[in-house]
Amino acid sequence: MADAAPPIRARGLARTFAGVPVVAGVDLTVAAGEALVLLGPNGAGKTTLLRMLALLVRPTAGELALFGTDGREAPPALRRRLGYVAHESLCYPDLSATENLAFYARLFGVDGAAARVAALLAWAGLEGTGRRPVRTFSRGMAQRLALARALLHEPDLLLLDEPWSALDPAAADALTERLVALRDAGRTIVLTTHDVARAAPLATRAAVLARGRIGWTGDGPIRDVAAVRAAYAAATGARV
Amino acid sequence: MARLLPAATCGTMLAALWIAFMVVPTEREMGIVQRIFYFHVSAFWAAYLGFFIVAGASARYLWTGSRAADRLAEAAAEIGILFCTVGLIMGSLWAKPIWGVWFTWDPRLTMTVILWSIYTSYIMLRAFGGEDDAVRRWAAVLGLIGVLDIPIIMVSVRLLRGIHPAVITQKEGGSGLVDPWMRIGLAVSSVAILLLAAWLIRLRAQSARLTEEVSVLRQEALARGGAA
Amino acid sequence: MHAALAILRKDLDIEWRTREGVSTVFVLAVMLLVVFAVAHDLPPDEAPALAPPVLWATFVLTGLLGVQRGFLLERENDCLAGLLTAPVDPASIYAGKLAANVVVLGAMQAVVVPLVGLFLHVDMVPALPGLVVVLLLGNVGFSALATLFAAVAVRTRAREVMLPLLLLPLVVPLLIGAVVATRTILADGLGAARDGLTVLAAFDVVFVVAGWLLFTYVVRD
Repeated sequence: MADAAPPIRARGLARTFAGVPVVAGVDLTVAAGEALVLLGPNGAGKTTLLRMLALLVRPTAGELALFGTDGREAPPALRRRLGYVAHESLCYPDLSATENLAFYARLFGVDGAAARVAALLAWAGLEGTGRRPVRTFSRGMAQRLALARALLHEPDLLLLDEPWSALDPAAADALTERLVALRDAGRTIVLTTHDVARAAPLATRAAVLARGRIGWTGDGPIRDVAAVRAAYAAATGARV
Repeated sequence: MARLLPAATCGTMLAALWIAFMVVPTEREMGIVQRIFYFHVSAFWAAYLGFFIVAGASARYLWTGSRAADRLAEAAAEIGILFCTVGLIMGSLWAKPIWGVWFTWDPRLTMTVILWSIYTSYIMLRAFGGEDDAVRRWAAVLGLIGVLDIPIIMVSVRLLRGIHPAVITQKEGGSGLVDPWMRIGLAVSSVAILLLAAWLIRLRAQSARLTEEVSVLRQEALARGGAA
Repeated sequence: MHAALAILRKDLDIEWRTREGVSTVFVLAVMLLVVFAVAHDLPPDEAPALAPPVLWATFVLTGLLGVQRGFLLERENDCLAGLLTAPVDPASIYAGKLAANVVVLGAMQAVVVPLVGLFLHVDMVPALPGLVVVLLLGNVGFSALATLFAAVAVRTRAREVMLPLLLLPLVVPLLIGAVVATRTILADGLGAARDGLTVLAAFDVVFVVAGWLLFTYVVRD
C-alpha cells in the first residue's frame, strides 16, 4: 500500500544535551523502500539521531514527520509502524526469548501472537533456546532476538543502530542476509554504522554524519567502496 | 520600574523595624522577646509564597518548556528555604525563653519541618541529579507533588499528639493582638518580608539567566575557534 | 490498560523467575525488625506500643529498596526504550509498575506483620480485617510516590541515596496516618480509625492520580 508521505522527512533536526549540541541540524528525506546507511565515527551523533527518528528523544529544534505525521505528537498508530533495534537488545535478561517476544507482542497488540512469536523465533534461528534466559545468549543471538523483537508488529520503517557491532563475521553475514531480504520485501530501512564495506550490499543510499551534521550524501547504492571511504574520510577528517 | 522593588522593600522594611521595635508596646506576658513574632510569622509567609511559586513555575515549565519558568522555580526554592530556615531559627529563639525548649513536635512546627525537608530534597535533586536536562523536568514534577502534599500534611499533623497541651495557640498571639499597632506591625512586616523575598527571587533568577548565557557563549566560542 | 496488565505480568514473571527481589526484600525486612526490637528491648507489657511505628518504619525502609529494583531492571539492556517505542502510553507503564510494586510490597507486609506480632508480643489476629485495610492503603500510597520517583532516582548519579531523599519527606503524612490508624485499630478496632484512614485514602487518591498524570514527564526525553 503506497503512502503519499515519505517515511521520514526531517528538517533542521537538532538536539543538545547539557548545552552540548550532539545533533546540529540534519535535513533528511527517506523514501519508501529505501535502505539508507548513515556512516559516521563515534560521537558523530548517530545514536541520538536514530533515537530521534524512533521518537524516543525529542529534538530541541527542527521538524520531523514520519509518514506525514508530526513526530511531536507521536500517536500510538505511528509507533506501530516503527521498529527499533538499539545497541542493547531491549530484552529482559532474566526471561527467555519466547517470553520476551510474547511480552512485546502483547504490548504491540499483535494478532495471533503465539504463532507470530514462534515464526519469528524460527526466522531468527532461536527456536532451540527454550526457557534459557536471554542473559545467557551470545552477542549474535541477542542481536537476532533484537531484530525479531523489532519485526513482531511488521513495521514499515526499521531503524537499526550499529547492528553489526561486536558480531563475528559469520553472524554479521547472516544479519546482512536477513536485512537484504527485508529490504527486498519492501521495508524501509535506516541504519547507522562505521563499516562501509558491510553496508555496501545493503545500502540503496549512503550519507556521512560528522559532528552532528550530514557531511556528504551519495546519490545511489555503494558501488565503489573506496570512493565512499574517501568521502567518509574527507567529511569526518576535515572541519565541517 | 526595576528600581521600584528594591526601593519599596527598603522603605517597608525600615517602617516595619521601626514599628516592631519602637512603636508597638511590649507584650504583657512574654516581654521583649515577643517582638520577634512580627518577623517570624512573616518569614513563613515568604516560605509558603516561595513554595507556591515553585509549584506554579514548575507547572508552567512542564506545560510550555519555558526556561524562564524553570529558573524562577529554582530561585523561589532557594529563597523559600532560606526564609523557612530563618523562620525556624527565630521560632527557636522565641521558644526557648517562653516554653523552655528549643523545639517541640507540635502540629504547626512538624508541618514546617516537613515543608523544609521537601524544599531540601528539591534542592538536592537539582544539585545532585546529574547533568541531564531531564533534571529540570524531574524537579518540576517534585515541585508539583510537594505542593499537592501540603493539604494532606496539614490534616495529618493534627492527628499527632492529640493529648499534648496545645502550646501553639499562644504563639501566633491569637489571643494577644490587643493593640492596633500590633496588627499594623504584623501587616507592615509581612509586606516588607514578602517584598524582600520577591526581590531576592528576582535577583536569583537573573543570576541563573546570566550563568546560562555565559555557558552558551562559551559553547559557541569553543565550537567556532576550537581553542578557547 | 492491557498494556499495564502486560507490564504487571512481566514484572511478576521476572520476580518469580529470579526470586532475587522478593527474597532480598523479605530478608531485609526481617533484619530491620530484629534491629528495631532489640534496640528497644522493652518488656512484654510495654513492647506492643512499639508495634505500629516499627511496622511502618520497616515497611518504608524496605519499600525504598524494593521499588528501586523495578526500574533498575528496566535499565538493563535499555528495556525502557523498548517500552517507550511501543504504542503504549507512559501512564500505562506507571500503572503496571505501580501494581507490581503493590504486589511485592504486599507480600513483604504479609511476612512482616506476623513477625511484628511475634517479636513485640502483640496479638494481631483479632484486628486482622482492619489491619489488612490499613496495610493496603499505606502500601498503595507509598507505592504511588515511590514508583514515580524511582524512575527519577535510577537515572541520577547518587542513585541509592536519591530515592530516600526525594521520597521520605513526602511520605511523612502517610506514615503519620498509617501509624495512628494502626495503633487505633489494634486498640479499638476498624471503626475508630476513621481519621487515620481518611488521611491514607486522601493520600492514595491524590498521588495515584498525580503519578498517573506526571509519569510521562519523568520518563520521556
